[in-house]
Amino acid sequence: MNRLDLNTVLHWVPEDCNVLDLGCGDGAFLQRLCDERQVTGMGVEIDADNLISAVQKGLNVIQEDINDGLHCFPPDRFDVVILTHALQELTHPHIALERMVQIGRQAIVSFPNFGHWFCRLHLGFRGRMPMSRVMPRHWYDTPNIHFCTVRDFEALCSKLEIDIIERATVAGPAQRLLGKIWPNLFATSAVYRICRSGQ
Amino acid sequence: MAHNFPEQSVGLVTPQVVHFQTPFQFCNGATLDQHQLMFETYGTLNASASNAVLICHALSGSHHAAGIHAAGDQRPGWWDLAIGPGKPIDTDRLFVVCSNNLGGCDGSTGPNTPMSGGDTPWGSQFPQPQVRDWVRSQKLLAEHLGISRWAAVVGGSLGGMQALQWAIDYPDWVEHCVALAAAPGLTAQNIAFNEIARHAILSDPDFREGNYLAQNTLPARGVALARMVGHLTYMSADGMSDRFGRELREESFSPDGSEEQVFQVESYLRHQGARFSTRFDANTYVLMTRALDLFDLAEGYPDLATALSGAEANFLLLSFSSDWRFAPQRSIEIRDALMATGKAVTYANIETDNGHDGFLLPDPTYERLLSEWMKRVGPSP
Repeated sequence: MNRLDLNTVLHWVPEDCNVLDLGCGDGAFLQRLCDERQVTGMGVEIDADNLISAVQKGLNVIQEDINDGLHCFPPDRFDVVILTHALQELTHPHIALERMVQIGRQAIVSFPNFGHWFCRLHLGFRGRMPMSRVMPRHWYDTPNIHFCTVRDFEALCSKLEIDIIERATVAGPAQRLLGKIWPNLFATSAVYRICRSGQ
Repeated sequence: MAHNFPEQSVGLVTPQVVHFQTPFQFCNGATLDQHQLMFETYGTLNASASNAVLICHALSGSHHAAGIHAAGDQRPGWWDLAIGPGKPIDTDRLFVVCSNNLGGCDGSTGPNTPMSGGDTPWGSQFPQPQVRDWVRSQKLLAEHLGISRWAAVVGGSLGGMQALQWAIDYPDWVEHCVALAAAPGLTAQNIAFNEIARHAILSDPDFREGNYLAQNTLPARGVALARMVGHLTYMSADGMSDRFGRELREESFSPDGSEEQVFQVESYLRHQGARFSTRFDANTYVLMTRALDLFDLAEGYPDLATALSGAEANFLLLSFSSDWRFAPQRSIEIRDALMATGKAVTYANIETDNGHDGFLLPDPTYERLLSEWMKRVGPSP
């Protein structure tokens, strides 16, 4: 899958900063950040095979379940905390978001937008949970247990007193402009830069 | 076994001895006028001495960490799993040093060594060493070998604690620090088990208050029992069920002819105890367990994070899911203290039934992870 959201995240991460990548997988993106943005990076990953791949790349990784609350990190430990396309897999996305803006001065979050017209059509006309190339799994065996829309996310940020610094959208080539104007309908993914209120 | 030199073995090794003629003072104030350390090395020290790795042994370990001492030797060093050409601690690249701790019974100065100016062994009079003392004595060894900085200090259990102590006491000496199945200090339960083990030894009539050598006795029963208790804490309940279940030993008959049913696990523990009692010294066991009890990584500091704040090493911490001696939570305490002050840490909890012994036993995930992480140690090829 071509992860266009990662390009946005990459450009939003300042050079020479201290980054935590939550759910860093095999560390490929964190390594890119280290190479291209000269960051000091650390990853959190739950899967042992992924963790070994990340260690192989010379990265420092902590094996930890994000759902356990990330209590191991002190406040403001990082300049940027990243969570890309994993929010929808968390047991308590709202708790994770709150923790992210505590342990990082800023957080960058990307997620697939369930408000996209395709999902709406699929649900509206077929009456079934959407499945696509991007979402290939059935509702009962998908790791994506907490899908949300762009508007859902923004409402949650407001409720948690999290400020949105910046928003970017990822949309198909024909809908790039529409994605900017009506993100909730035309963005396939959204990327947010957030911080705790009053930061 | 088809041959005595399995692939990836360091092969035949010869232990070495270094004598130090200057007095060595222990943390508790006691002094040795002179002392010696027994050690082994594997691999070759490079010209800039930048590829040296120190291995710290655990409670009952020794300097013999890898390879064999004689052709046909069935028992390689205690960490042959991890040390050798192409193994996680790769002797093709790294120069590996392992020494027997001071107070040990494998050749370094200890309770069996005669006191200066006589033939009487130290026995129970030998000074109580602490982990810090071992670190300081290993620094003397490093200097003797022409090493002024370890590419890594590595250890499991007590050895892991020693590696962490190195990183605190001599920050500029330790580039990488690996602590496996370690803890920042012992719990009351840990100390209690050690006390039972010590009590087994001390209450053996043959212990003779530690002067058994002078009196020609050997507290073998006490040592065996101490080992049985200790060994139990190295295994997990699931691991024991898998390995022994409720199986009976095939020939479970007592010598006098009356039938005695012996469970496999009993037979195993008895065997472990008996074997240990012939190779390990009772006074050393008492000293080593006390050193463990006394160990406190945060000693002299307000908390663990402050203690570790001066360390410069890049850390690898591994815990083993079924370890109840030094449970994963203990490694997590160290991890969190390191992260609180922004240290570079990698941590994983290896999923296994191997218990505390996990760091000594084969496991694909463990071996791969250690192997991949160790590639950052030493000069890049």
